[in-house]
Amino acid sequence: MIKNISNLGDAAIYCDFGSEVNESVNSNVINYHHHISKLIEEEKIDGIKNITPSYNKLIISFDLSVTNFLNLKEIIKNIKIDTNTKEPKKNIKIPVCCDDEYALDFERLSKKLNISKNEILDSYFEKDYYCYMTGFIAGMPFLGDLDDKIRCNRLETPRVKVPVGSVGITEQFANIYSYESPGGWNIVGNTPKKIFDKLNLKNPALIKPGDKVMFYQISKKEYLNWND
Amino acid sequence: MTKAYFEILRPGVNTTIQDNGRDHLYHIGITVSGAIDQRNYKLVNSIVKNNLDEAVIEFAYQGPLLRLRNGKINFAITGDIFFNIIKENSKIEEGKCYQNYVLNSGDQIDIISTKKTAYGYLAVNGGFTLEKTWKSYSINTKAEIGPNNGKKYSINEKIFIKEDGFKELKERSINFKKSFNNVVKVIKGTNFNYFSDKAKNIFFKELYSVTGLVDRMGMRLDGVNLENIVNTNIKSEGLVRGVIQVPADGKPIILLSDHGTIGGYPKIATVISADLDKVAQLIPGTKIQFEEVSLEEAEKLFKDYCNETNKYLNELS
Repeated sequence: MIKNISNLGDAAIYCDFGSEVNESVNSNVINYHHHISKLIEEEKIDGIKNITPSYNKLIISFDLSVTNFLNLKEIIKNIKIDTNTKEPKKNIKIPVCCDDEYALDFERLSKKLNISKNEILDSYFEKDYYCYMTGFIAGMPFLGDLDDKIRCNRLETPRVKVPVGSVGITEQFANIYSYESPGGWNIVGNTPKKIFDKLNLKNPALIKPGDKVMFYQISKKEYLNWND
Repeated sequence: MTKAYFEILRPGVNTTIQDNGRDHLYHIGITVSGAIDQRNYKLVNSIVKNNLDEAVIEFAYQGPLLRLRNGKINFAITGDIFFNIIKENSKIEEGKCYQNYVLNSGDQIDIISTKKTAYGYLAVNGGFTLEKTWKSYSINTKAEIGPNNGKKYSINEKIFIKEDGFKELKERSINFKKSFNNVVKVIKGTNFNYFSDKAKNIFFKELYSVTGLVDRMGMRLDGVNLENIVNTNIKSEGLVRGVIQVPADGKPIILLSDHGTIGGYPKIATVISADLDKVAQLIPGTKIQFEEVSLEEAEKLFKDYCNETNKYLNELS
């Protein structure tokens, strides 16, 4: 449930779901996101421009010439979420090639964590991941949670350019670089799959908040011949 | 008949198409974009009798050199801009902002530079022949979304103009009052208490200068370091235009129209809506002073801002 509602500037609402980061807190955030999106679609609420769910916060920006903080706070406060009608979630399988030329940080991880490359891979490919949020850049999913034994801080000096498709890990989280971008996550491989497709107007982001993701390993040959 | 178009003889530093921006997509990481100075965007459309949400050309610092081909148009430029109209017979006429002009085929618009500001706008009566992506014409160069494959314009490219038979507009102009003070009004941020008492004091007392690290995504400032006594990272969460983040180096960053949708730096404050146009127009080297206002005050100042915009729009009707 929302623990506190405050204002972020004069044109956004900051809903705080507490300090914990886990799937149950985050599903609650996402339920609110879906509920409010529905209210917008059904034109039952005016002036909202954007809703951003994250690990444990929901930020709602609005048009200050249409509504204001106090009006919207009242509406949000009184929303009752029916926890039984969860949105259908997708299970998405992501192919990853972990050849040396794509797994840019294997050496570093192996040394830092004091385990072999194979152990890192086994642990990484073993689990199902949950998408906490999508963003920063278009379509980038933030997934979790990694097994304890492969958790590692981000790079001391971030890369200026992380190649598109790179799959990274840091702390308990995994991500996928949907665009070439600066970044500091440890890169363990690369996926040939399109994570963000701007030509797919209906559904450009492959992985959305609340979805389940499973990674599986492919060979370099499969990587190079990949066709979505 | 070929349609009228601008031929880009010089692209300028960052020439894009913008409008009101793109909403309802933050949750998949697509930022709002849109004209960074919303008032000048609305005014330029209004001067050429467009709907206020028509697509316009936005340029930064050095603007484009455009040659009109195959037609005749009404256009206007807003901002604080030095530009010339170069007639086909090479006669040069110095352009004035906030008024409409007729341009003939073969004539050029040379947008030489912005003066003490960063952005300007060029609108053509009727708008441009472009397609919307997710209900907006705005070019988002980071995600490569929008017209021109989501890229800023390059030399020799063309921008096609919507034509519905040329009709010369009557003279239309706005008596736009330039005003500048260096105070940027803010509301305290959700992580204000991450900063030491000394830092909180410094933030509102010292001047911060705009560095060269500024684009449509954000603006890095330089000044006294702001000491964080709690944590220089937070769990990543949603962002909006105007948020002021302070990373571990203690130097504030103001987020602008193409900002990342989520981020993990503490938020010390948020620029009020009424001051967003002003902040976007700041150029490197300008020193600014932050001043705290309450939410109620910010809402009132936004009403004043809208009233002032409407006052200018009413000059035209």
